[in-house]
Amino acid sequence: MNLLGKLSWDSIPHDPIVIGTLIVIAIGGAALFGLITKLQKWGWLWREWLTSVDHKRLGIMYIILAFVMLIRGFADAIMMRTQLAVATNGSEGYLPPHHYDQIFTAHGVIMIIFMAMPFMIGLMNIVVPLQIGARDVAFPFLNNLSFWLAVSGAVLVNISLGLGEFAMTGWVAYPPLSGLEFSPGVGVDYYIWALQISGIGTTLTGVNFLVTVIKMRAPGMKLMQMPIFTWTCTWANVLIVASFPILTAALAMLTLDRYLDFHFFTNDLGGNSMMYINLFWAWGHPEVYILVLPAFGIFSEIVSTYTGKRLFGYKSMVYASGAISILGFIVWLHHFFTMGSSASVNAFFGIMTMIIAVPTGVKLFNWLFTMYKGRVRMEPPMLWTIGFIITFSVGGMTGVLLAIPGADYVLHNSLFLIAHFHNTIIGGAVFGYLAGFAFWFPKAMGFHLNPKIGKFSFWCWFIGFFVAFMPLYVLGFLGMTRRLNHTDNPDWNIWLYIAAGGAFIIALGIAAQFVQLILGFIQKDKNLDKTGDPWNGHTLEWSLSSPPQFYNFAKIPHVDDIDTFTDMKEKGTAYKREESYEPIHMPSNTNAGPIMGAIATAFGFAMIWHIWWLAGASFIGLIVAFIMRAYAKDTDYYVQPDEVARIENAHLDNVAKG
Amino acid sequence: MSQHDHDSHDAHGSVSSYVVGFVLSVVLTVIPFWAVMTSAFDRATLFAVIVVTAVVQIFVHLKYFLHLNFTKEGKLDTLSFIFTAIIIVMVVALSIWIIYESVLMMMY
Amino acid sequence: MSTNMSAHADAHHEEHHDTGRNTTFGFWIYLMTDCILFSCFFATYAVLFMNTAGGVSGKDIFDLTLVGGGTAALLFSSITFGFAMISAYKKNKGGTLFWLAVTFVFGAVFLGLEVYEFHHLIHAGHGPDKSAFLTAFFSLVGLHGFHVTAGMIWIIVMFCEVSKSGLENRTVTRLSCLSLFWHFLDVIWICVFSFVYLMGAM
Repeated sequence: MNLLGKLSWDSIPHDPIVIGTLIVIAIGGAALFGLITKLQKWGWLWREWLTSVDHKRLGIMYIILAFVMLIRGFADAIMMRTQLAVATNGSEGYLPPHHYDQIFTAHGVIMIIFMAMPFMIGLMNIVVPLQIGARDVAFPFLNNLSFWLAVSGAVLVNISLGLGEFAMTGWVAYPPLSGLEFSPGVGVDYYIWALQISGIGTTLTGVNFLVTVIKMRAPGMKLMQMPIFTWTCTWANVLIVASFPILTAALAMLTLDRYLDFHFFTNDLGGNSMMYINLFWAWGHPEVYILVLPAFGIFSEIVSTYTGKRLFGYKSMVYASGAISILGFIVWLHHFFTMGSSASVNAFFGIMTMIIAVPTGVKLFNWLFTMYKGRVRMEPPMLWTIGFIITFSVGGMTGVLLAIPGADYVLHNSLFLIAHFHNTIIGGAVFGYLAGFAFWFPKAMGFHLNPKIGKFSFWCWFIGFFVAFMPLYVLGFLGMTRRLNHTDNPDWNIWLYIAAGGAFIIALGIAAQFVQLILGFIQKDKNLDKTGDPWNGHTLEWSLSSPPQFYNFAKIPHVDDIDTFTDMKEKGTAYKREESYEPIHMPSNTNAGPIMGAIATAFGFAMIWHIWWLAGASFIGLIVAFIMRAYAKDTDYYVQPDEVARIENAHLDNVAKG
Repeated sequence: MSQHDHDSHDAHGSVSSYVVGFVLSVVLTVIPFWAVMTSAFDRATLFAVIVVTAVVQIFVHLKYFLHLNFTKEGKLDTLSFIFTAIIIVMVVALSIWIIYESVLMMMY
Repeated sequence: MSTNMSAHADAHHEEHHDTGRNTTFGFWIYLMTDCILFSCFFATYAVLFMNTAGGVSGKDIFDLTLVGGGTAALLFSSITFGFAMISAYKKNKGGTLFWLAVTFVFGAVFLGLEVYEFHHLIHAGHGPDKSAFLTAFFSLVGLHGFHVTAGMIWIIVMFCEVSKSGLENRTVTRLSCLSLFWHFLDVIWICVFSFVYLMGAM
């Protein structure tokens, strides 16, 4: 038996682009490693961050993960756009099909699973417990474990860059293409295990936050008094819990087909590959609502904060989110109208898809009515919001167009479809997360970012988006299909050039985000947020210091209406000095999360490369580590009242000084 | 299943409630097994017998073994189960409908 | 999970002191996700069961006597686990351990019968790689068997915990999670024997 399974020296790709990338990553990694060693920060990093069970720190780490993967995913995007701009009129471009196919697959997987999801979950981690007046989530250790499982998946995707290959199937990995017969390499296996491991982490997050929101709200806070962002996150978590098991099942079946010669989706012996497509989208469609609902919540918070008004139609907002969540489960066939089911099936799903636009429209009007007669402050978060309203409306309308099965038969898998879903995902989800990032950054980090650079970044994204994707609508109408490696139609060239230009404008926007961050850290001391309430916020997180204390609330507030903090400010009960404090019970940090994440990575790697001894050992290791954690002592501690008083008084003195 | 108060046993069932649940389950298992093994009815009736006894037995288990109820404490568990059941019905029924219709279109 | 044993009153919801109720509720939601996982395998079975690729169908291979035996074992294990829980709430350590052991034995009987069935089928040339029907059948029933195996490992762990440290609140909470898991598997089995075995053998 080979101890290394399928792994050998030949597994390292010889492509100069890949080798160049690997060298850059190696140099960057070595520099980072050296810097941390030089500053002697390894112990600090491990104790304070990597093993942390504090939801705010986990949230920050999720967002760091999202930014790192954004760079990777966007590099893929730039490569695709430049390849298509270069590879015209008979030229082959610089990316051979073998490489190009991996790039568009990796781009999709990374942007959805390892950029958007961590970004969304990161914001949810930072904000939701603060908004409901809780000290942490229901299961803090599980929260840490979820994060490390997400990292584990991301690590596997990135290992595929330097060892073996990634899937060449598109991010949906439809069989029979993704079956063993047509994808004998390790690419699809990387895909399967990266998604499977991170998906289990996401499911645990969903369970965790549902219990948190249902069981740990501040006393007095009824469900219909929860801040709107918490509500939309809750709907997203309901969707996570209900849909991620479907992905787990679909991937498990594909795994069995590939590893044990089962016949779920094969062409021969009775398999039916349509069932994979069906299951994949029964997860995949709720997944896009998981991404976009929290973004809707972010926009709602921002619109009401930056217009100085309470949100118009809070209740209809909550019910609309609920309607979207339920309807999101009965529209999935519109992703594969072209499979060719019967007319009645197509009609049912087409109509359902059109109906789902109604609650979304309700939301748009709510935002507009909130702004109506308000005093709109054009800070970066508000710019993102207005940019979203415009962009997302376009995306929504092209979506309704695609919901008509007849039209979809013509447009499906053309660039029109690509333009449509980038229109909704970038214009909806990504704009939302960047708005939330700008909105809550001072809360999470304790200092402000430069708003000028923030606005510059927004305009680059906004303009770049339209320059990059409107040509794709045109190209779709001209008949260009997706996933082409090179083209030979002179009519398309000009649009391909414009689209590539748009990608570079977006790149400028991303660069501006990083400049803004770096500058923010350099000028940190000048821009501290001392009051904790920089935007005159409505909800409980703004009643705390920035960044919030590790225990969040020294005394859990009592809530009797929505917009609690606004009420407190109006009644003059905000920033009240307490006479005395009670001891606060807190969970201890634990190294079980990172260790189990590492074992999970080893397990995934071993399965990908058929290193059976390591797979067996790490599987048993995971179970043992979990049981050991279950019987760990020293999982919690108490913060004493005098320490709480000291910390709180220092903050209140700060607020008084302004 | 509510686990809210470790001192009260009502929510967790008593020996008699477990026995009632067990006896009902045995009856509801024996009926379809007997019907199928002896081919007691025609296919359509057999089908109906299997479905009805299965559904009834699921409710028996939910009530007597999993202790789902509509009290203030237990309501949440019951509601989350009902929600899950709705999702499952939608996903399973629509999946089967989609695939069966597409198989028909393939004219096997 | 931040478990703790302190006796602080939780009247104000001030702290995580009622982790017991959070844990069982969280575990229940996890079971709901598991339910959906199973439903996907049921749907797939429903789609694939006629695709026998010229090989055996359910009618040819299902042995209802065997299935009836397994069902009986699982049903007995359900009520014995119920008795274990009743003992646990009464803080009756010996009773809890006894009924846990009995449940384990019934679980083992069920698993033994299933392994025998699988072994027999594969030996006769009807393994899961032979047709889509067999693939779907082995996966669905196997997934349930895998869960039962996990449940039995968990029973062993809880047996050790109870015999070592008695029936603290934390232990009882864990036992009630395990109880939910075990009874939940029985509900799944009702669906398996009705929709797979009985309808297949009809």
